[in-house]
Amino acid sequence: MVPLSFYLVLSAFLFACGVCGFLIKRNIISLFMSIELMLNAVNLTFVAYAAFWQRLSGHIFVFFVMVVAAAEAAVGLAIIIAIFRTRETLNVDRVNLLKL
Amino acid sequence: MTANLWIIPLLPALGAAVNGLLGKRFSKTTVNAIALGSTGLSFLWALRTAWAFLAGGSQPLLSEYGAWLRIGDFSVPYALYVDQLSMVMLLVVTGVGFLIHIYSAGYMAHEGGYYRFFSYLNLFMFFMLTLVLANNYLLMFVGWEGVGLASYLLIGFYFLRDSAANAGKKAFITNRVGDFGFLIAMFLLIKHFGSLQYSEVFSTVASRFPAPESHPGILTAIAILMMVGAAGKSAQIPLYVWLPDAMEGPTPVSALIHAATMVTAGVYMVARSNAIFSRAPEALAVVAVIGALTAIFAATIGMTQTDIKRVLAYSTVSQLGYMFLAAGVAAYSAGVFHLMTHAFFKALLFLGAGSVIHAIGGELDMRNMGGLRKKIPVTFWVMTIATFTIAGFPPLAGFFSKDEILWQVFSSPHGHWALWLVGIVTAFLTSFYMFRLWFMTFFGEYRGAKASRDAHGHGGHDAHGHGEPHESPWVMLAPLVVLAVLSIIGGWVGVGNRFEHFLAPVMQPVATAEAPAGMHAVNGEPTSTPINKSEEGEGHEKQLEMTLMVTSVVVAFAGFGLAWFLYYKRRDLPERITDKLGTVYSTVLNKYYIDELYYNAIIYPLVQGSTKVLWRGVDAGIIDGTVNNAAIGAKHASDNVRHMQSGNIRSYAGWVATGAALVLVYMIWMGTR
Repeated sequence: MVPLSFYLVLSAFLFACGVCGFLIKRNIISLFMSIELMLNAVNLTFVAYAAFWQRLSGHIFVFFVMVVAAAEAAVGLAIIIAIFRTRETLNVDRVNLLKL
Repeated sequence: MTANLWIIPLLPALGAAVNGLLGKRFSKTTVNAIALGSTGLSFLWALRTAWAFLAGGSQPLLSEYGAWLRIGDFSVPYALYVDQLSMVMLLVVTGVGFLIHIYSAGYMAHEGGYYRFFSYLNLFMFFMLTLVLANNYLLMFVGWEGVGLASYLLIGFYFLRDSAANAGKKAFITNRVGDFGFLIAMFLLIKHFGSLQYSEVFSTVASRFPAPESHPGILTAIAILMMVGAAGKSAQIPLYVWLPDAMEGPTPVSALIHAATMVTAGVYMVARSNAIFSRAPEALAVVAVIGALTAIFAATIGMTQTDIKRVLAYSTVSQLGYMFLAAGVAAYSAGVFHLMTHAFFKALLFLGAGSVIHAIGGELDMRNMGGLRKKIPVTFWVMTIATFTIAGFPPLAGFFSKDEILWQVFSSPHGHWALWLVGIVTAFLTSFYMFRLWFMTFFGEYRGAKASRDAHGHGGHDAHGHGEPHESPWVMLAPLVVLAVLSIIGGWVGVGNRFEHFLAPVMQPVATAEAPAGMHAVNGEPTSTPINKSEEGEGHEKQLEMTLMVTSVVVAFAGFGLAWFLYYKRRDLPERITDKLGTVYSTVLNKYYIDELYYNAIIYPLVQGSTKVLWRGVDAGIIDGTVNNAAIGAKHASDNVRHMQSGNIRSYAGWVATGAALVLVYMIWMGTR
């Protein structure tokens, strides 16, 4: 059986990839994907622990996260399209209307 | 008995207000009418009050106009009070003040700021009358400060001149030192006697310290502190330095404020507080010694000065010293008597000097005068009367008062022959420098013809721009004549101790005559030969009094003779004598370098300390530094933190990630503990 620590390390790695991607990338879609990556890294942790402790609550949390992620993807993509329509760019550094 | 005393000070106050606020638009005639009218009416009302006072059996008049301060048991009323002492002061102030107002109308006729001058002058009258009429020390202090303010304004009347502005400041600040003493004395009175009203304080003092032997330290302290105040206002050592400089003001101001009235406020205060002073022999000794030293000190300086007004200024200081000498031997009424006669003849001298200055176009230096006897005869004659009066020739006013002082100094149980000796030497010096002034100004040949053109720069204020000396208008001469008459007859009220008896109700007798004489020896002198009235026979005393009187007359004549010899007969001599004297002469000429000493010992360290330590160090460095650095620090901190709010999404994300990482590290660290 694969030990718990493997899952956790993989999850941490994925999460770190998500964070780095989020920090480095400028394209909103890439950021979006990075967020998804982080969410799924967390999901992986939930599932791993649920399996480890033989409890269901971890699985249920994963469903919730998925629902939220799906909703977020829907809203987020809508926003992205709206931004693209008005600004004709997907570069986050240029979406700075609220900046002083 | 309602005497409506409030009218007396209020009229000049109204005059000051009207002239000061609206006078700019008035013609000179209107300004005159207001200023002279208010002072004249005030004088008339004072006369009426005097009449009522004397007719009413010399019962003190008291008018209360409600309470001013009420703090617990302690209260100070607005109350005016007239008794014999304030009666004398009241008449002197309003009478001489009114004459000087008239004189000023002529003297200031060609000056700018006419309304301003009269407004200040009336303001001065108001405060002086408040000082004199107050029935408590606090109200007196109001007047005391007010006359200081008026004096400051009038000394600095020609404020465009640096010297005048500085002289005004000097007078004000020097007086502040004295006022400090007066204030502390008042605090002590409140603390120990619970009141500032004369009647209450004096009766408390009398009941608490009936015996003079007890020498209560608190009374000595109060008396000496009061003397500090008096020394400031009345230009006594060590605070006399402002008075000679005060001559920067217009001449009528010098006559009114710096000769006749304001500077005598200190004498008035000491005389008023006689109940305290008489019970503090040590303080009396201090007063007497200060008075004697000031008298002779100023007289020696007066001998060397060549500026006519400065000679008179030092003469004033010296005569004030006489008054304090009298007060210091508990002969208050003699001091007040001299105060009165001095007001007449010194006002006359100053106004006469003003007339001389006016006549020759603003020249103040006696070396550029001379031979004016024929050119301004009226001025000459009134000045002659004044000079003979101050020198102490009988039967003029100065003789009586000065003689009374000298006799009291010799015979009073508080007196001492050494003080008398100082007094008689001063009398000689006084006679000498006054006749020196007289001869230099009026005799010989006129030395100012060519100098009169550049005199404008020198005299500045009194310059009118005319060549030949000319007599002043009658509006100026009339007050001189009145004052001259007063200078002649003013002393006669003192014949047969009438003045002393008149003032006797004000002076609380303390049985000091029984005190051992050695106690009063000053300067560490051994026990002298006190002339004790109870021991000596009446005839012996009369004989002694006559001897002393003759001595003072002889001394006056000697001064006249010496001045005549040096400044009329052999006018080459003074120069040779001064050459011989060398350093001694130059020291006296430079007023013993007291101004320089004060500058180096007090003013310079103070200014430097204020500048370097208090201003640059404490104020700019610490106080401003704290505030400024707090602001600058906050600004820098905010500036640094501001960069977190960049508006850049990824930097926010970075902060979030960093924060999360830190939380993670913290939790791991906590977990491993």
